[in-house]
Amino acid sequence: MNTASKTPARNTKVMNRFDLTSRLVARLKNEEAVVGGIGNTNFDLWAAGHRPQNFYMLGSMGLAFPIALGVALAQPKRRVFALEGDGSLLMQLGSLSTIATLAPKNLTMVVMDNGIYQITGAQPTPAAAVSDLVAIAVASGLPSSSWAADEDDFERLIDQSLTSEGPTLIGVRIDDKPGTGTTRRDPVQIRERFMLGLGVRQAL
Amino acid sequence: MALAEDQGSKAAADKSWHGIVLQTLKRNEIRLVPYVPDRVLTPLIKNLHADPFFTTFPTAREEEAVGIVSGAWMGGVRGAVLMQTSGFATLANVLASLAIPYQIPVIMFVSERGTLGEFNYGQALVCRTMRPVLDSLAMEHHTVTRLDEFEFICDRSIKQAVTTQAPVALILSPLLTGGKVFDK
Repeated sequence: MNTASKTPARNTKVMNRFDLTSRLVARLKNEEAVVGGIGNTNFDLWAAGHRPQNFYMLGSMGLAFPIALGVALAQPKRRVFALEGDGSLLMQLGSLSTIATLAPKNLTMVVMDNGIYQITGAQPTPAAAVSDLVAIAVASGLPSSSWAADEDDFERLIDQSLTSEGPTLIGVRIDDKPGTGTTRRDPVQIRERFMLGLGVRQAL
Repeated sequence: MALAEDQGSKAAADKSWHGIVLQTLKRNEIRLVPYVPDRVLTPLIKNLHADPFFTTFPTAREEEAVGIVSGAWMGGVRGAVLMQTSGFATLANVLASLAIPYQIPVIMFVSERGTLGEFNYGQALVCRTMRPVLDSLAMEHHTVTRLDEFEFICDRSIKQAVTTQAPVALILSPLLTGGKVFDK
């Protein structure tokens, strides 16, 4: 049986995606950008309370980190967070090497790892029983990558990333609960509101 | 003497297809240029790296590059993606789920493999999927064959993409670039 709990490398506390997302959002005081990956990751970001600096992905599985990298390169003075699922990251492991090469210091990546494709019926990912995504990130050239031991450790790692000299990746083991809310699926409005939130656009 | 030669080769580069791409990108303030390389694109990639105006770098996959320029555009910096035909074939999902529905002007330069002397059957086949995908998504695209038309097509297409907030693909034919030929 492929269960995340049998992987000793990530033997950290099993937490909850919505709780962790809410903890992150509660710490944001400087109009930080947050990019939420496909499905539950952005549903919980939406449920944690919409902010003008949030971007919700409605497709393009695996591109939360690349999109966040683009925002981070465009606005080096703004902190950018990216929330991605483990299954999504598996689709785009090469992006970790790109991010390591460009090394934006204003980028913090969070990998929500439940070892399953929760939204499609909780099938295990090919990585679930055998791979350690944080170790993959380290080996991709992102030395500031670590598993959060528990909620307090997650908040500590978030704070630590704010003054980091390079990009940070935080792995969190999460339970198999679905997302708490459902993002309003209006891509043009999501994009326009995000650009307003980033100060790139003025409202009509 | 060396200086004169440098200036001579620079002038020649400016009038080449890749010189036109570089100058047109610059004129339209497109600074971010991620790419997955192609033999034909080599001089363009080299010159982009040499010019401090540009932030240019390789990505592992073409859709990663589309994600990066999408994020950058939303953050206020314009970008373009360089790729070859087989790379475009990996983009249907990201175009249909990110660039088009979110109205993001992703500007793509596609070096065309698979035609006019192709030696790899796989390239010839995947090339045939490119225009049907572009047409099925009703995307703006142009195949450039002539150097004298290139600056016009390039400049106008970039401006149209930005002002209409729609992606565009500029397909660089072997008639323009010389293409890649069987050498061994």
